[in-house]
Amino acid sequence: MASYETHEYDVLIIGAGGAGLRAAIEAAVGDLKVGLVCKSLLGKAHTVMAEGGVAAALANVDERDSWRVHFADTMRGGQYLSDARMAELHAQESPDRVRELEAWGALFDRTQDGGILQRNFGGHQYPRLAHVGDRTGLEMIRALQDHGIHQGIEVHMENTIISLLKTGDRVSGAFGYEREKGRFKVFTAKAVVLATGGVGKAYKITSNSWEYTGDGHSLAYHAGAELIDMEFVQFHPTGMVWPPSVRGILVTEGVRGEGGILTNNEDRRFMFDDIPELYVNQTADNPEEGWRYTQGDREARRPPELLTRDHVARCIVREVQEGRGSPHGGVFLDIAWIKEKIPNAPEHIRRKLPSMYHQFKELADIDITEEPMEVGPTTHYIMGGIRVDADSQMTAVPGLFAAGECAAGLHGANRLGGNSLSDLLVFGKRAGEYAAQFAMENEAVPLDEAQIDEVAVHTLKPFENPADNGNGDKMGPYDIQAQLQDKMQELVGIARSQESLTQALEEIQNLREKAENVHSIGNREYNAGWHTALDLDCLLTVSEAIALAALERKASIGAHSRDDYPEKEEPGAGKYNTIVKKANDGTMEIRRHPVVELRADLQEIIDEIG
Amino acid sequence: MAKATFRIWRGNADGAEFVDYDTEVSEGMVVLDAVHRIQAEQANDMAVRWNCKAGKCGSCSAEVNGQPKLMCMTRLNDLPLDEPVTVEPMRAFPLIKDLVTDVSWNFKVKEKMKPFTPRPPDAEDGTWRMEQEDIDHVQEFRKCIECFLCQDVCHVLREHDLHDEFIGPRFFVYAASLEMHPIDTENRLEELKDSDGIGYCNITKCCTKVCPEHITITDNAIIPLKERVVDQFYDPIKKLFRVFSG
Repeated sequence: MASYETHEYDVLIIGAGGAGLRAAIEAAVGDLKVGLVCKSLLGKAHTVMAEGGVAAALANVDERDSWRVHFADTMRGGQYLSDARMAELHAQESPDRVRELEAWGALFDRTQDGGILQRNFGGHQYPRLAHVGDRTGLEMIRALQDHGIHQGIEVHMENTIISLLKTGDRVSGAFGYEREKGRFKVFTAKAVVLATGGVGKAYKITSNSWEYTGDGHSLAYHAGAELIDMEFVQFHPTGMVWPPSVRGILVTEGVRGEGGILTNNEDRRFMFDDIPELYVNQTADNPEEGWRYTQGDREARRPPELLTRDHVARCIVREVQEGRGSPHGGVFLDIAWIKEKIPNAPEHIRRKLPSMYHQFKELADIDITEEPMEVGPTTHYIMGGIRVDADSQMTAVPGLFAAGECAAGLHGANRLGGNSLSDLLVFGKRAGEYAAQFAMENEAVPLDEAQIDEVAVHTLKPFENPADNGNGDKMGPYDIQAQLQDKMQELVGIARSQESLTQALEEIQNLREKAENVHSIGNREYNAGWHTALDLDCLLTVSEAIALAALERKASIGAHSRDDYPEKEEPGAGKYNTIVKKANDGTMEIRRHPVVELRADLQEIIDEIG
Repeated sequence: MAKATFRIWRGNADGAEFVDYDTEVSEGMVVLDAVHRIQAEQANDMAVRWNCKAGKCGSCSAEVNGQPKLMCMTRLNDLPLDEPVTVEPMRAFPLIKDLVTDVSWNFKVKEKMKPFTPRPPDAEDGTWRMEQEDIDHVQEFRKCIECFLCQDVCHVLREHDLHDEFIGPRFFVYAASLEMHPIDTENRLEELKDSDGIGYCNITKCCTKVCPEHITITDNAIIPLKERVVDQFYDPIKKLFRVFSG
């Protein structure tokens, strides 16, 4: 029998970034007992890293904006593979979700008449991103945190969930451990919300921290939920590339929103060379028009640097591959040039992009008001994730909900910048609301002790495994993690093929065998290596799902590019989503699901706005 | 590739000591990179907190060569590498293990403070109107990433251990962000004077010096709060005025 402490809740939220906090606040509105579990300290989740802003059609800066335009922009950005109902709800509800943050103390930058200021961003037709300089995520998570701590939510910081517990078909709780002493905890819950964020740590070059190992995806998958569109991994076009130790750290799209331009080593603005057909009418055809757009000229069209992230990332890769890259394998991102256009440019840049200024100054010795940055793609976000009902955010497992990055549907084949912060507010709230409703309508179910014992044994196995497997292989958790990251970067990155993906799946199987035998040293107290060993299963599960879905989609669309299938659609296949599920025999199975036809009124919006 | 020695605090509340690790260092590396390399190659079970690695989350606070720093923003080429680089946990908080300390006291302090309480909305859609210049100061305070380095360096906490009577610079900044928030209606001055212990601060500005976000903690947050406390509780003319104005 495993020894553990038990915590009983009506609603358990796993993850305390924006989505988890927003869900917890909503679930706690009534008298329900709400527990919140997070891997790090409260307020450190990746939401804190979001820079550019939160997308909401407030129409404070341009009154032509509306939820309908936001809806159309999101659908276009996602290459029409998004769940239209989610895109509709998101566009309609995000303005209220943003205004509500102000009632909880958030202080967004202001317009001349004292309202919330909004800025331009890639793929958004009008200035739509409410922001605070380039630290919007910090403002949001702090507002949610500072409000949330007064709502009677019990927070378990530095706790990790290893497995969901099920009783019959229903989710009945979760098994985890607290980091400080390594003791087991069992959480009982009538409803569980997953809000665990992304999967960036499956890749070598990423803007994500150690936490983003696909925990929610993996927990849901093993509990019987479906994963959808896992092939769509967003490689943000602008990560730092130099020095090596900071490779992958994000450079906000806000730099381009403020007028920053991308150039190659021939000083050419290469983004003008390839403008996708879907966007030709919306894109400037000369630098002057592009500049006017960034300065708020409503008649001007956006510069090509503000095309969608998938496209910009591919153009950068092309420049580098064809020998026109910067010295350290990226391209140049130049904001300093705006001194030709405006007085006091350095001061303006420092005010608009303060954390970018400091980031480059302190980590790369570069003054961005004087010289260009070097940037290249970095694994940033996964559009795919746990399949949920659009309205309630419930998964295929009764009582199990998901919101934020670990859930999927809103972003389709590519996410627009700013749509993740609004996603987590809108659907975090919905997940909390419907999880609370589920908890009120359903009785608690008893836990299955055998399941708990099984997970407990599995959790301690890394300490039992031998240090050496007899073949001279390195069996430490960091070694195995690094091998997976190298393979995913090389074989399942921006450019994919039948060959690379098949090889990736083989490598993942090999690594899975190794991970079974991963060895941890030391004891259970705050042991980073043991934690990394336990993360491996999640990383391998999401890596397999990504590779399998990428192999299934024989086309190049949005963030998914196949060298062997350059066309956007497979002839005769129609529009579909890929769905991954755990089969009865324990293997991962994949199928296609046709994209649901748009409701007539939503189709009208798209026909009208384009 | 060059080598350097890192002298890292290892152990827990029952006992801890410095352990030397040699590791390779390369251009552009920060202290956190070296700690990670040592963790991956030589000490898998070493405890260290970190998240963003870009100075935005405030997790990797430590004392590097005796200076309170974010490890992710401390570059090796700013340190003398011909002698060992010492890396220790923050000393104002109880040790959990290695470089990780128990900072839960900070979260409890915040929970006890009076929350943001806005005035009724200015507009029918439930929103408020605020001028940018009126929120600039507050936005400075809201840059805080809660790394708690200011708490670590504050002698009232570090040397005098007055955690029960004094909330520390971080929470004076938090109080200031609420008190100076243009739409907040709450008054926190009595707590600041009594349970929060603002009087203990003798404005040595140690906190301001270590703030990785460059918040002018003492001048912009603590001193104005001290002035407000004095105005409300000790200024005889204002006191008299209040008596007559009810």
